[in-house]
Amino acid sequence: MATLAVSEERKNYLNAEYGIRSWLFTTDHKRIALLYLLSITAFFFIGGFAALLIRLELLTPAGDLLTADAYNKAFTMHGQVMVFFFLIPSIPAVLGNFLIPMMIGAKDLAFPRINLISWYIYIIAGILYIHCLVTGGVDTGWTFYPTFSTEFSNTKVIEAGLAIFISGFSSILTGLNFVVTVHRMRAPGMTWSRLPLFVWSHYATSIIMLLGTPVIAITLVLVVLERALNLGIFDPTRGGDPVLFQHLFWFYSHPAVYIMILPSMAVISEIVPCFSRKRVFGYSFVAISSIAIAAIGFVVWAHHMFVAGISLYSALVFSFLSFLVAVPSAVKVFNWTATMYKGSVSFSTPMLYAFGFIGLFTIGGLTGLFLATLGVDVHVHDTYFVIAHFHYVMVGGAVMGYLGGMHFWWPKISGKMYPEGWGRLAALIVFIGFNLTFFPQFILGYLGMPRRYWQYPPEYQVLNVLSTAGATILAVGYLLPMVYLLWSLRYGKPADDNPWKATGLEWTTSSPPPTFNFDETPVVTQEAYDYENMPLPEEVTLER
Amino acid sequence: MFDNFPLWPASASSHAFWEDVLYIFLVVVCVAMTLLIFTLVAVFATKYRRRHGREATQIEGSLLLEIGWTVIPLGIMMVMFVGGAVLYFQMRTPPRDAAEVYVVAKQWMWKLQHTEGQREINELHVPVGRDIRLIMTSQDVIHSFYVPAFRIKMDVIPGRYTTMWFRASKTGTYHLFCAQYCGTMHSGMIGEVVVMEPNDYQAWMSGGPVAGSLAQNGQQLFQQFGCSTCHRFDVQGRGPNLMGLFGKPVQLDDGRTVTADEDYIRESIVNSQAKVVSGFARPSIMPVFQGQVSEEQLNALVAYIKSLAAAPAGEAGTPELKNPGSGPQSPK
Amino acid sequence: MSDSPLVSDAPLDVEHHDRPELRHHFAAVDQQRNAASLGMWWFLGTEIMFFGGMFCAYLIYRRWYFPEFAVASRSLDLKVGTFNTVVLICSSLTVAMSVRAAQLGQRKLQVKMLLLTLLFGLSFLGIKTYEWGKKYEEHHIPTFDYNVIGGEGDLIKGNEELLGITTEVKNDPVKLRAREAEIQQHTKIFYSLYFALTGMHAIHMIIGVGIFIVITWMAHKGRFTPEYHTPLEIAGLYWHFVDIVWIYLFPLLYLIDRRPGA
Repeated sequence: MATLAVSEERKNYLNAEYGIRSWLFTTDHKRIALLYLLSITAFFFIGGFAALLIRLELLTPAGDLLTADAYNKAFTMHGQVMVFFFLIPSIPAVLGNFLIPMMIGAKDLAFPRINLISWYIYIIAGILYIHCLVTGGVDTGWTFYPTFSTEFSNTKVIEAGLAIFISGFSSILTGLNFVVTVHRMRAPGMTWSRLPLFVWSHYATSIIMLLGTPVIAITLVLVVLERALNLGIFDPTRGGDPVLFQHLFWFYSHPAVYIMILPSMAVISEIVPCFSRKRVFGYSFVAISSIAIAAIGFVVWAHHMFVAGISLYSALVFSFLSFLVAVPSAVKVFNWTATMYKGSVSFSTPMLYAFGFIGLFTIGGLTGLFLATLGVDVHVHDTYFVIAHFHYVMVGGAVMGYLGGMHFWWPKISGKMYPEGWGRLAALIVFIGFNLTFFPQFILGYLGMPRRYWQYPPEYQVLNVLSTAGATILAVGYLLPMVYLLWSLRYGKPADDNPWKATGLEWTTSSPPPTFNFDETPVVTQEAYDYENMPLPEEVTLER
Repeated sequence: MFDNFPLWPASASSHAFWEDVLYIFLVVVCVAMTLLIFTLVAVFATKYRRRHGREATQIEGSLLLEIGWTVIPLGIMMVMFVGGAVLYFQMRTPPRDAAEVYVVAKQWMWKLQHTEGQREINELHVPVGRDIRLIMTSQDVIHSFYVPAFRIKMDVIPGRYTTMWFRASKTGTYHLFCAQYCGTMHSGMIGEVVVMEPNDYQAWMSGGPVAGSLAQNGQQLFQQFGCSTCHRFDVQGRGPNLMGLFGKPVQLDDGRTVTADEDYIRESIVNSQAKVVSGFARPSIMPVFQGQVSEEQLNALVAYIKSLAAAPAGEAGTPELKNPGSGPQSPK
Repeated sequence: MSDSPLVSDAPLDVEHHDRPELRHHFAAVDQQRNAASLGMWWFLGTEIMFFGGMFCAYLIYRRWYFPEFAVASRSLDLKVGTFNTVVLICSSLTVAMSVRAAQLGQRKLQVKMLLLTLLFGLSFLGIKTYEWGKKYEEHHIPTFDYNVIGGEGDLIKGNEELLGITTEVKNDPVKLRAREAEIQQHTKIFYSLYFALTGMHAIHMIIGVGIFIVITWMAHKGRFTPEYHTPLEIAGLYWHFVDIVWIYLFPLLYLIDRRPGA
């Protein structure tokens, strides 16, 4: 594989075949990743639009922009779209799909056709959900609690529930593919201890996808049946128990948050060593931490239910376990930080996003401790404190990781360099906008402003206005990459095979890679992150 | 702080003070940790920024550091855990002679009943310095009773009672919010907790209309629903004697011992088959009153049964209400 | 901790030409088979979690409402249910035998066994339909005129003691009505779970039958050899799993309280 500058004649996965059928019937994991990229971006806009409505309404204490019902639908749909149709697929289905086979030296995932089917399932679920949206919407909150969702809501609960149920299968199939691929498709010499941490983290994510998603699937089935057939399983006036739903729901939905953060951590584990020119500090500890997060993450679900009427003693147990789950995340943050020690650090766009991730994920994770602390949780549960916490980890963490990853691998995916100056500017804008949007919400939450409030007492207005101002800045920060990444497809500088001089088998292929990744199956003899023997990249300069 | 731009909520209960202490401890620890990470990242990124001719030093790791930064955070977290657990335990363990208020939540309002008979809607008047216990249930969906100034919150669930307690420490008017999304006017399901000096509270109490104390209503219902047929106080009836029952341990026929608290009494009325007292046949002959008794009626019955003082040993006697009022009925 | 796949020494292309069933991204047939097998095992793991949610709900409500659950369980036809269980177990046997036949290269036997499997599977579904039809007539299907008191689907007669309906209760209309309302509700929860569980199981059976129609066709076409019968193997795994789910469902639903004379 000669390191040519990419010429138009060289066959790669993008120009191997043309025409819409070659895309819609592809089994190439890289093309499927792009199909996902388009769809999740579309949903990001939909969820973002709902967020815009929310923040505009909350500029004033009175409910004067939307009706109460419309507002309730807005936050429900913001949550459902962002969680199920954006965050959960995002990094795994785009970057995971694209990179995992290459990172382990394989020609494709274990089950390429199932990969394509998973995208179609996602699309079907998405179309059903959009149909639900435009024909009335749903207003139960993304958490679907009975008895409101099963009996009192007058909106399209069944349709939304079914759409999310279907989307779960997409998740399960993706997880299935990744697990079998990592077990069975590694190139000779690619032992578990030589796997890139990106792969370790996605492996842990896939375990959660496989074991957790079916539970919410059956829970939604029960809700749909209850609502359609008036069964009474969750209705206390008919012998049922609404708290049973909460247990079943959170049994998945808590591990789900780790589905959303682990892939982002995966990206950071690749960016930090590359832009520090050093192996990751404590590789085995970072790898094991991913598994530990997945494992412990399954036994903390009732920390969402401390005031739901569970017994005192189970609250104690879940609080304790919830503190335990914070430890492996902290270990990762320390290891990434230590990786920079005595390194050779450069401030490229991906690295800026990594810095942002480390800072914001730290804050988000630490505020999780407040919620694990029983006495404090009682006060801040169901307030803006919780909203601030999870946006810090999911947006400040997961989305920044996603953006960092998109920039890091953009040359590999598209064969073009993005404009570095704009990249850095956008990263900065996102960081500032994000903090202005969500930091005031910690204060609002402690003050007592509850979640899901269409109108609020006037003394909360100043903080809400700050938050909305931040949101507009954040929106700009998100729009910028969309613009310049698209621009780069046509006008960007052609990329080398390995512009960042990163380790990892994916960088040994051309940019963009050929359809079957490797002409010959590579044989691995080195540890991951062997930066000792890597030359330095050219200066990462500000390109126009 | 500023009147229209507060940054810290009012603190008006004994519990609120300690919760703030714990919170501030957490804030300090977390700010310290954040600053540590931020500083380290900033320092490393600048001190070790890429410079021509200087290479990175490959470091595999350090077992000592790994152990250190696993164990130390774990230790700090255990302190947080214990602090939170103690506070939570206190919050969920009401003092024995707390005054009680029954709360019924419905879309989208709060209905409150004092034991003395006062009824309120979306407002709760309480005397300062007094232990108050809320016994709450919902008529429809799950709500949540939240008073930020007291730092307390508890979900209010249809079909069962949940409880919490507080002791207000400062007079004033404080927000009451519904904190569990419950539909269209969830954000309108708000009210006020008015904490008054004891004298003012007395004055307020006697001002309003009293429709008979809650327990007296309960006594009427006890007759009306035929409970007195089996639960007699003069001789041993078909059902257990309820005198002095409240708060005592009860031996069930499956060997368990439970405490006769409000939930137990309520459950026994609504679903008599759930727990059967030892010595009584199963299935219980007590009817199931689910669907026959409204939430307010249940509150009154529970209040009545609680008011039944234990009869002197060996004597049959008529039950004495703890709160004699102007009720007309005398028990048969 | 290394389970690197075995890579054949021969250049990849040759292997792929020799073995048309070997897909391009695999290096060896072994690898492909292992991957398919591992994938199916993990998928069955997800199915365990899927059914698990309903089992969890079932266990909780059974503990709370034992008398009503026992009585409703007794209303299920034990003979028919047992027969159906035997039918399903036989179908698993024939699946295993067809895999064996494939391993021995016996095409005709393969197909025979697969056809028997389909027969058993369809019989199971047919018998299930009959059972559900009976439940419909007895008004035991929630939503469709549900009623367990009086009429064809009466559950009270003969079970009064267990359900707490003594003569005293019978003579008092208020008490009777209250107890009856409760019995209606709690038995309805049993039947809701019964239909959800057996319905979900039946859906899995139908999918299984569909898969096996395709498999039988492939076997008929001679696509399975001793060296390659992976689709048959993993379809067999799926079928066995659906069988095992039923083995759990049967006692939980049909055998709650079948003491003689109870």
